[in-house]
Amino acid sequence: MKNIITIILSTLFSLSVCAQQEGDILIKNGTVITITDGVKEQTDVLIRNGKIEEIGENLSASNVKTIDAEGMFVMPGIIDAHSHIALDVVNEATNPVTAEVFVGDGLDPYDVSIYRALAGGVTISHAMHGSANAIGGQCETIKHRYGEVDPEAIRMDGAPRTIKFALGENPMRVHGEGNGIAPATRMGMEQIFRNAFEEGKAYMKAQKDYAAGKADFPPLYNTRSEVMADILKGDIIIHCHSYRADEIYMLLKVLEDYGVKRICFQHVNEGFKVAPELAAYGAHASVFSDWWAYKFEVYYSTAYNAAILAENGVVTSINSDSGELIRHLYHEAAKTQRYGGLSDNEALKLITLNPAIQLGIEDRVGSIEKGKEGDIAIFKNHPLSIYAIPQITIVDGIVRFDINEDNYDMRLDIDPDEKIPTFYETETHSHHGEGDRCMQDVYEFLNHKH
Amino acid sequence: MNKIYWILVVALFLSCELLGQQVRKSTFEDVLLKNATIVTITNGTIEGDLLIKNGIIAEIGTSLSANGLSEIDCTGKFIYPGFIDGGTQLGLVEISSVSLTRDSDELGDYTPHMQALTAVNPNSVSIPVTRVNGVTTVFSKPTGDLFPGTGAVIDLHGYTPDQMYAGSKAVLMNFPSTGRRGRWDRRSEEDITKDNEKAMKKLKKFWDQAKIYSQINQTGGDYNPQLAAMVPVLKGDAPLMIEVNKKSDILNAIEWVNKQSIKAIFTGVSEGWRVADSLAKYKIPVITGPVLQVPSRASDKYDVSYSNPGKMLKAGVKVAIRTNETENVRNLPFNAGFAAAYGMGIDEALRAITITPAEIFGIADKYGSLEKGKVANLFVCDGDPFETKTQIQHLFIRGWNVPLESRHTLLYDEFLERDPGIKK
Repeated sequence: MKNIITIILSTLFSLSVCAQQEGDILIKNGTVITITDGVKEQTDVLIRNGKIEEIGENLSASNVKTIDAEGMFVMPGIIDAHSHIALDVVNEATNPVTAEVFVGDGLDPYDVSIYRALAGGVTISHAMHGSANAIGGQCETIKHRYGEVDPEAIRMDGAPRTIKFALGENPMRVHGEGNGIAPATRMGMEQIFRNAFEEGKAYMKAQKDYAAGKADFPPLYNTRSEVMADILKGDIIIHCHSYRADEIYMLLKVLEDYGVKRICFQHVNEGFKVAPELAAYGAHASVFSDWWAYKFEVYYSTAYNAAILAENGVVTSINSDSGELIRHLYHEAAKTQRYGGLSDNEALKLITLNPAIQLGIEDRVGSIEKGKEGDIAIFKNHPLSIYAIPQITIVDGIVRFDINEDNYDMRLDIDPDEKIPTFYETETHSHHGEGDRCMQDVYEFLNHKH
Repeated sequence: MNKIYWILVVALFLSCELLGQQVRKSTFEDVLLKNATIVTITNGTIEGDLLIKNGIIAEIGTSLSANGLSEIDCTGKFIYPGFIDGGTQLGLVEISSVSLTRDSDELGDYTPHMQALTAVNPNSVSIPVTRVNGVTTVFSKPTGDLFPGTGAVIDLHGYTPDQMYAGSKAVLMNFPSTGRRGRWDRRSEEDITKDNEKAMKKLKKFWDQAKIYSQINQTGGDYNPQLAAMVPVLKGDAPLMIEVNKKSDILNAIEWVNKQSIKAIFTGVSEGWRVADSLAKYKIPVITGPVLQVPSRASDKYDVSYSNPGKMLKAGVKVAIRTNETENVRNLPFNAGFAAAYGMGIDEALRAITITPAEIFGIADKYGSLEKGKVANLFVCDGDPFETKTQIQHLFIRGWNVPLESRHTLLYDEFLERDPGIKK
């Protein structure tokens, strides 16, 4: 036992983790890619108490850790609008509608994937419920404060609430094929949403009637209806797993009928086919750079999706949905230059400001601006170059990854029974079948049933 | 009349559908590529011209004359040999989650007689998607149990497997592993050891049978397709490509290979960096990858997969790179680019997807570099082909001038400015 404590403590020490969550740092002479205000050569960025205090030339500050970024590129911390890292559980696959559950109840700050994401310049990710249900659980926006061991410490306090919806094959397979209940089709999907919104509406009305003295009793408190009502009120942003144009269009219609405005479609491989409609509705799109053909509903898709969406005026981001891709989102964003010729700034927006907008945190992060939070990624070589190598990643003014202080084993938690660290054979297609994090915890559930 | 009308309508509808999915025909022509920076791989970089004649690189030099042939001005552009992916399921799998479109994995533990070349679909939608990124040649391989089948090197152009076959095959073997098959694998350590011992016994039994078969086969005897497929390996005519990844498994595989007199290639080799010296000592060529994958252990440094090819190369191992992909084999240059950035260097990473795999597959006399007399598999681009933003501008496979079209580009053309747009 003593040994374990020593190991943990020494690991923590080696990470130079402080109890505080905000720090002071001066980054000197970098090429600063602000995203919102151009690229500034030989420029300094001063972070104090976790916030960007100043951007300019020849800044100085006493008693502040200084990083020499001469010849380096300094960009805002990368934001991933779709991930499943740092989660103990992903799917509550027991019902087509489980709006009441919340992945934030099962955060895992020990997940080494957080560190690996930091090593790719990613400072914030949207830890999402899976796609087993039409209406899945609520998600959590986390800050990659790796080294903190309290689950509370990785939440991004004040970030808007979000919820996972899912269309198409996954909920149809789990519930239609697996359980013999609707939705088995994309027609059934629509009715699941309409019924859920109607329940929320009725619940709100009953609450209102009671408050106005028109009813003797309030409605029986119901966690699911509470969440549906909050969506109707606009307090929760919907992030909807989707692929085909028809199902995307269907959900737009449903949301229009119920007056729900805040929607970000996730994956949305055929979003390019309804890009004008998405833009007109103000819907957002968070896409893969190039994943396709791993199932039928993504067979008619294109790596030019992000470029078409962006050119049509849809707020678009590139996400990972994978512990692998999250390590090089800067490269995934660069693919929009091969497939669609986006400019450097447009491409970088897809992994900074745009995902921030989609998560409702654009006032706090997503660009290097005075007053924003001190989330920074420093690269050797331009981040969109194939030769880019992340050097230092800073969250709230605290260095959480430094390539020069990268120890061999960065785990925070070591199983004392594990004599040799477990080796996993490569899963050839980690985004398919049983390796699909979006469908994690589903197969066990179905297997137990049959 | 009415019937004919409807048939016509349906036929028109179908042909439109097909038009949306098919790319234009390639043209077979002799052509002179003028004023390019020619990255030959084997003979340095030359500023000059390259002549393609009858599907072959007929000449590389300066101030070559077109003599009436068509000419492409490549001023400011680069010519590279087509990239070769040393391990894919391209053409064997169309949509991986739809089982009936998956032809890579036959039932049974011993199926070396399963021929990838039989099931490669020349019209797979993934083939044009792959080649427009400069990948002209791939090793397409069966997957599955102990001996999953025989893979083949194919060029990504042609309408029959024979038109695509690039003249090299290898028999696949999955070396019995002591690793977990995935995070869902909850077997105890003891069970894993037991399963491994069982698998090694199975391997030995089959191998001994194949050796006996190979000997008596010369003098007649009953035909056994499984054992017959092993004969070329045992005679040293075809390589045995062994999938092996974990450090201890690699060491076991080296020991096993040393007891046989066969041509062995190791593939996967994700922990090759831990035993690079042994791989180098026994001169076992390696086709590693994907480079873009998560480390196999939680305790690993974050970049072990990126740096693995470079570390093996520095130890003296012959290293080629594969994607092990199906629909995204197009990411081969990016896998190589990451390997280049994390220690391998650009020149060596280029070799790892050109001449080195050609050498490992025994086809370096025809493939893998820009040299007079080699197959005209090459592309013209506007910059470093590893750089993500670089655009490929001309593509030749066996001298066919291949249009830079795929489902992905066709959908872009159709939907960038959709018509009708938002109006009803």
